[in-house]
Amino acid sequence: MPQAYRSVEITVNGLTYNRQVEPRRLLSDFLREDLDLRGTHVGCEHGICGACTVLMNGYTVRSCLMFAVQANGAEITTIEGLAKNGKLHPLQEAFWENHGLQCGFCTPGFLLSACELLERNPDPTEEEVRVGLSGNMCRCTGYQGIVESVLAAASKMKAQK
Amino acid sequence: MKDGTATMVMTPPATKPKKKEVSGQELRKTWVGQSIKRREDPRLLTGRGTFVDDITLPNLHHAAILRSPRAHARILSYDTREAENHPGVIAVLTGEEVGQMSKPFPVGVTAAFKYYSAAVGKVRYVGEPVAVVVASDRYVAEDAMELIQVEYEPLPPIVNCEAALEADAPVLHEELGNNIGCHRLLNYGDVDQAFEEADLILKERFVFPRYSSLPLETYAVIADFDAITGMFTVHSNFMGPFSMHAVAARALDVEENKLRFIVPSDIGGSFGIKTSIYPYIVLLSLASRKAGRPVKWIEDRQEHLMASSCQTDRVAYREVAVKNDGTLLGIKSKVIENVGAYLRAPEPACTFRPIGNFVGPYKVRNVQLDAYVVMTNKCPTGPNRGYGCQQIYFEQERMMDRIAEELELDPIEVRMKNLITAEDMPYTTPTGGIYDSGDYPKAMDLVVEMSQYTKLRERQKKARAEGRLFGIGIATGVDPSVSNMGYITIALPPEFRARAGYLPKSGSAESATIQMNQRGKVSVTMGTTPQGQGHETVVTQIVADELGITPDDVVIVDEFDTAKHGWSISSGTYASRFASVGTSAAVLAARKLKGKIIHLAAALLSVPEEDLIIQEGKVFAKDNPEKNITVKRVAGTAHWNHELLPDDVEAGLQARAVFRFPANVAPDPQDRVNSSNTYGFMVEIAVVEVDPDSGKVNILDWFSVHDAGTIINPKIVEGQIYGGALHGIGGALFEELAYDDDGQFLTGSFMHYVCPTAVEAPKLTIGHICSPSPLTLLGSKGAGESSSETAPAAIAGAVADALGPLGIRINELPLNPKRVWTLIHESKTP
Repeated sequence: MPQAYRSVEITVNGLTYNRQVEPRRLLSDFLREDLDLRGTHVGCEHGICGACTVLMNGYTVRSCLMFAVQANGAEITTIEGLAKNGKLHPLQEAFWENHGLQCGFCTPGFLLSACELLERNPDPTEEEVRVGLSGNMCRCTGYQGIVESVLAAASKMKAQK
Repeated sequence: MKDGTATMVMTPPATKPKKKEVSGQELRKTWVGQSIKRREDPRLLTGRGTFVDDITLPNLHHAAILRSPRAHARILSYDTREAENHPGVIAVLTGEEVGQMSKPFPVGVTAAFKYYSAAVGKVRYVGEPVAVVVASDRYVAEDAMELIQVEYEPLPPIVNCEAALEADAPVLHEELGNNIGCHRLLNYGDVDQAFEEADLILKERFVFPRYSSLPLETYAVIADFDAITGMFTVHSNFMGPFSMHAVAARALDVEENKLRFIVPSDIGGSFGIKTSIYPYIVLLSLASRKAGRPVKWIEDRQEHLMASSCQTDRVAYREVAVKNDGTLLGIKSKVIENVGAYLRAPEPACTFRPIGNFVGPYKVRNVQLDAYVVMTNKCPTGPNRGYGCQQIYFEQERMMDRIAEELELDPIEVRMKNLITAEDMPYTTPTGGIYDSGDYPKAMDLVVEMSQYTKLRERQKKARAEGRLFGIGIATGVDPSVSNMGYITIALPPEFRARAGYLPKSGSAESATIQMNQRGKVSVTMGTTPQGQGHETVVTQIVADELGITPDDVVIVDEFDTAKHGWSISSGTYASRFASVGTSAAVLAARKLKGKIIHLAAALLSVPEEDLIIQEGKVFAKDNPEKNITVKRVAGTAHWNHELLPDDVEAGLQARAVFRFPANVAPDPQDRVNSSNTYGFMVEIAVVEVDPDSGKVNILDWFSVHDAGTIINPKIVEGQIYGGALHGIGGALFEELAYDDDGQFLTGSFMHYVCPTAVEAPKLTIGHICSPSPLTLLGSKGAGESSSETAPAAIAGAVADALGPLGIRINELPLNPKRVWTLIHESKTP
């Protein structure tokens, strides 16, 4: 049943938004529909497929399993915030170079999960990449292109440091 | 064909195209064969793709669908008043109204039963739509949905397809009197004689489960009815075949041109599953009609798992007649195909799509197929990656292993003994398929070499001596691509097809439109409804080669609109058709455009057309290179200066081409049909070890050799093989759409329907041979389904080989830990 609206202040990709939301409004719906940031995709609405993954204060969260009110005061990064000044993030570059995507529906979630993975472990083994991405499902690639992309991005990002 | 074959083991392909080289009179092809970066990726990597749920319209409202909690029940009453009075609700549409506002969907069988987009009178599976709520937003629609009261009278359910054939089984569609949607007994060659001549006859019963390649993006529809014009406009992630557009139009009772389908540039995977969205297109169109405004419906994951589509589950009895040397003489196959509650078009294609390649790569000439297509209280089925092939190759390859076991031959040897060879090509199968090219023994040799098969067997010996359960599985298959629309009519008896007034069906076509602007740059419009296969990239490569330009000079738009695009019944991306028919349409359109450039240049240069060539952006006289004009100048003239155009030259520079295959004919009176157009080949070797304590199957190695003819973008093909293989592996090891005996659906979430993640996905060693298709303009064949057809058989073979010493046979999938553990423990219990 509809509930009283609450005020939230959420910073998304560096811009701060003040909005009124129902307490039950999912963060994913808030991002997609209220802010019109359609790059965050919803694949299962129960926290398994990882397509809706975004970064909240630097950590991955499932935006389909959170209410927008829970993100009050937080800083969110969505796929739209990954490329800066018209330049792709090294992970985006690597996915492009290594055919790390097919339909692209799962890709935003994978990229944000991979961001967090490389932040914590800049030099992962293939096994560590596979385990690190096991919270995201892809039905097109058989994962090979994704794993290769993340490994390629890791070595490129390391070289740039 | 032999001369045309080449072998390569795939090495990581160059990510950047080679520098363009010019040799002799003609531009050397440089872009086809390169793994250029995909043109689709920048938008998808930055969250700027256009999927259906990203589209919004003025006054858009949202729908939620109330679904049946019961597998089989009569609907006694609806009470929608409270829902209708709920704030924000615009309309509630019940199944009863659906029955009044629409007609049953047509389907290509003679059995007369009624299938509507929502339950009318009775529900026949858990999840069947019962009512639709249209409201201001989805949250409100779901709130109101819970306020609808439906009273049911339970009826006995039936979910097992063999039991559904029994005389006392509950009947789903009373008007039929039984549960048989279609039955055909097909005979090719002389099966009786084959079985008389046999030294050995083997018979097995096989069970193949229901699973789905399950796209990550669910079904999505925006329907908008215009009451003044009677026009329905529908945005959806429908993927074709567009023969289903005609089916939807019949249900809505409108002419096809009053039902406009629009498909955006991006579909979040489909693998065949989104063909079967069309009943929801009809349902939401009716909801829009009742609500008087555009309505969006985004399916949720539970809805998708229980009530979208999936492949059939089936029980098959297969009998083979064999000589002592391993020669396969004949096959008798009885199939009971479970299509769920309603036999829904394009079913029963699951049974008949692979009819031309029923014998796979083997020379056997005598085949009997006794096919029952049965309706039960499960979700209706439809195309799923591999469509019908994973089932027959599972049965076929398990039997090849049984023959090897019985005759004490190596499984590779038995297969080699029976393979169709390169000298036999083109090869007409007993069921009417015409294999266009291939060298199956050569592919087999390559996989044996790549896998170091002899050493694998030594490894196995050692492992067995240590008490480990180590197995090697082999599976081959012929990969059909580009369906001939006529195959589906095998579901009808020849007498029916011979009736006066019956319109025979055949064909498969695709179109492409190309335009060169006034500065010589090119735009191509395709309407192939891709779902991640990289069509924009592939067409870019093709057009760049054909016109001697670079990919940067080409822009591709691949979106579909029935009101704008040149299309036909067979349009869409399904049955691995793009690499054969879509590429050929692009080549044809580019060549047409090139012809127009030359034609105009000939007039402008006063040189005969046949003396002109296009090279490096210029049109030259072959013998007098001084005589030339830039393509840009020709294009500029065509657009800007019509004064110089000869009378027979159109203004502007554009061309549209439609490509179709020559050998597309309707089935003959003996039920033979060339059901597809190009036929690739694949062979897998899977190496597994089974953990006896947990029953878990660990994949140690996987070798996969393919023949998809000319490869246009190796990385794209590799991605298709990886994806296809993992669908087959997922189906063989983890994924099952399961029901209990009451027809309750047990796997309504990803906690229950277990999909492989990166951890479970094996690394493949992929090899290719290349037997170019003589039928396609670049020699390419489809590769989109490939390993999804053979991987389940390879897993089954490997697990059977691992468990062979325990006396265990594998005739049923999935081989999840529970089943494998149970098999092992039952084998140990005396």
